[in-house]
Amino acid sequence: MSHEKFETNVIILIIGILITISIGGLVQLVPLYTMEQTIEEVDGMRPYSPLELAGRNIYVREGCYTCHSQQVRPFRDEAERYGHYSLAAESMYDHPFQWGSKRTGPDLARVGGKYSNDWHVAHMIDPRSVVPESIMPGYPFLAEKDLGFDDAADHLGTLRVVGVPYTDDQIANAAADLAAQANGEEGDTDALLARYPKAVVGDFDGDPARVTELDAMIAYLQMLGTLVDFTTFKPEMAQR
Amino acid sequence: MSAATAAPAGARGPVAYNDGVVRNFMIAAIFWGVVGFLAGVVIALQLAFPVLNLDLEWTTFGRLRPVHTSAVIFAFGGSALIGASLYIVQRTCRTPLFGGEFLGGFVFWGYQIFIVLAALGYVLGVTQSKEYAEPEWYVDLWLTIVWVVYLVVFTGTLMKRKEPHIYVANWFLLSFIVTVAMLHIVNNLTIPVSLTGAKSYIVWSGVQDAMTQWWYAHNAVGFFLTAGFLGMMYYYIPKQAERPVYSYRLSIVHFWTLIFMYIWAGPHHLHYTALPDWAQTLGMTFSVMLWMPSWGGMINGIMTLSGAWDKLRTDPVLRFMVTSVAFYGMSTFEGPMMSVKAVNSLSHYTDWTIGHVHSGALGWVAFVTFGCFYFMVPKLWNRERLYSMQLVTWHFWIGTLGIVLYITAMWISGIMQGLMWRAYDSLGFLQYSFIETVEAMHPYYVIRAIGGVMFLIGSLIMVYNLWKTAKGELRTEPAYAEAPHAAAAGTGS
Repeated sequence: MSHEKFETNVIILIIGILITISIGGLVQLVPLYTMEQTIEEVDGMRPYSPLELAGRNIYVREGCYTCHSQQVRPFRDEAERYGHYSLAAESMYDHPFQWGSKRTGPDLARVGGKYSNDWHVAHMIDPRSVVPESIMPGYPFLAEKDLGFDDAADHLGTLRVVGVPYTDDQIANAAADLAAQANGEEGDTDALLARYPKAVVGDFDGDPARVTELDAMIAYLQMLGTLVDFTTFKPEMAQR
Repeated sequence: MSAATAAPAGARGPVAYNDGVVRNFMIAAIFWGVVGFLAGVVIALQLAFPVLNLDLEWTTFGRLRPVHTSAVIFAFGGSALIGASLYIVQRTCRTPLFGGEFLGGFVFWGYQIFIVLAALGYVLGVTQSKEYAEPEWYVDLWLTIVWVVYLVVFTGTLMKRKEPHIYVANWFLLSFIVTVAMLHIVNNLTIPVSLTGAKSYIVWSGVQDAMTQWWYAHNAVGFFLTAGFLGMMYYYIPKQAERPVYSYRLSIVHFWTLIFMYIWAGPHHLHYTALPDWAQTLGMTFSVMLWMPSWGGMINGIMTLSGAWDKLRTDPVLRFMVTSVAFYGMSTFEGPMMSVKAVNSLSHYTDWTIGHVHSGALGWVAFVTFGCFYFMVPKLWNRERLYSMQLVTWHFWIGTLGIVLYITAMWISGIMQGLMWRAYDSLGFLQYSFIETVEAMHPYYVIRAIGGVMFLIGSLIMVYNLWKTAKGELRTEPAYAEAPHAAAAGTGS
């Protein structure tokens, strides 16, 4: 077929372009959604608790992905520095994913539980107070702002629309669960932990009087990478 | 056939082109260019001197980095690209715009509103945190409307063309417009939490979101920053060099292979992640093959100077354009190399990637755009020539030195940090803590910032030169062709 047809007819040219640019995307994207082995089945994954979700939304808002990855690669040095390599299942409830593309700071996929809440508070307010060579910005304003997440149930409901398996129970109790996780012993933590196993409960920012954005941020950081039970995980499960 | 390959001569003629919208886009592109380069210098300095984050929520690196990337890619690059495409399509079709000044004006103001809405959002913390697709749902919807109108204007103009053939530059520009529409819509499918709030959740999650995102982002590079600017190259280099495009056949082959292969290359941003191996390998394979059509474009651009190489010495505007194509050739070799998994295991997550992006963005995209500014501004403002050719030369050398400083600093810091992360001592322990590798970056971050400042200074020289040109002033200076002889004869004077 002569190329003349393409350069003398706009419609034929557009159709030719559309076909040409569609093939690669179809081949790479469609199987990812249809092949069951894309995401391995592991024990322990659950949707984010309302407080963790609020923290994650702050992580997204502040553009933390511009300097921190959340994806440990299967290399010896990364395993020693950060822990077990990341599984697809570990970000299955992430809307959006936050794997990142740059490590100006360290990977955060498994930062949960590595540092105390007090360390995180000091580090977020003034990173150089605990790591003198750090080039991270300070986030003192997080400690000063009350967490505005009154519409937590709406957020959970929206996430359910896009596929996160929040139950009616979880959505109905979103506000209560948030308060329970942030206030420590005062709330009904049994119900919270039943709905969100392994959720870290406590007054994260050291200010029990109120729930700040810093509370939510630290609650999120403290659970990162802690959900999957690696005692029951076998590498064959992730072979794709 | 040769008629289709040669750039149509006699741009003006009796046709009354819609140049108001092109002038507006040029002014906007120059303005956003300076804003974007300045934002880049600021965040580069923040990495060297973190106190510059000011501890305020609106000025942290995390919020300003998207301001920089969006300002240079979408505001500067986008305005230049849309403006140039409307200039090119009218002249290669010998007809005014479809929809005239009205639709053209809508595309211009609509696009500027998109830029301002997006940037305001970033500073205030409204972002999807999907790289290069940060704007939230309401901004995405607005851009979709503007983009469809842009497609209608461009395609409509092609349809009412007075030339029998669609010129090669327009193939590239059309593929850019069509593909960006597809990428933008699929990668930004979100559900807002409430119609009165900014926050939304993307419908894709985790590994699928990652693949969709990098399918988008890599082809934002491939179609926005490559195909679109190749369209500019195919018009402005032949015009400035007064030579036909080197090879018509090569332009056909490399056009179709380039747009076919680029789409496959996204997974090379996800090597060794939880993305399935088959997708990673497929992405790597096509990324390596992509080297060939990329160099097809480079060869076609540079070889257009066949028989006119002497113009490089006497025409600093052409020097900008040809150097940009050389940088394009270099980054499109470096890219396939970095997409090889073994290389990527070292380069990924480091500054090497940042350096690679900037050799393409500063060396290719910005330089070819500067060349086009210098070509178009005298024509759009009906001036006989630029205010000063010597200032173009100053801009060229200061800018080029800035790029060289930038990319060499990033090569060194990136490779060094990658090697430090994986270094073991004799006892089998990791040799460096993470923070030691951060500390080692400091001198290179300073050098990079200096390179950025030089690039910014060069662009300010350009702004001055183009401002004077638009006002109709002409600097008295020796004609360039005679300069070497004049300098030789006049030493000591």
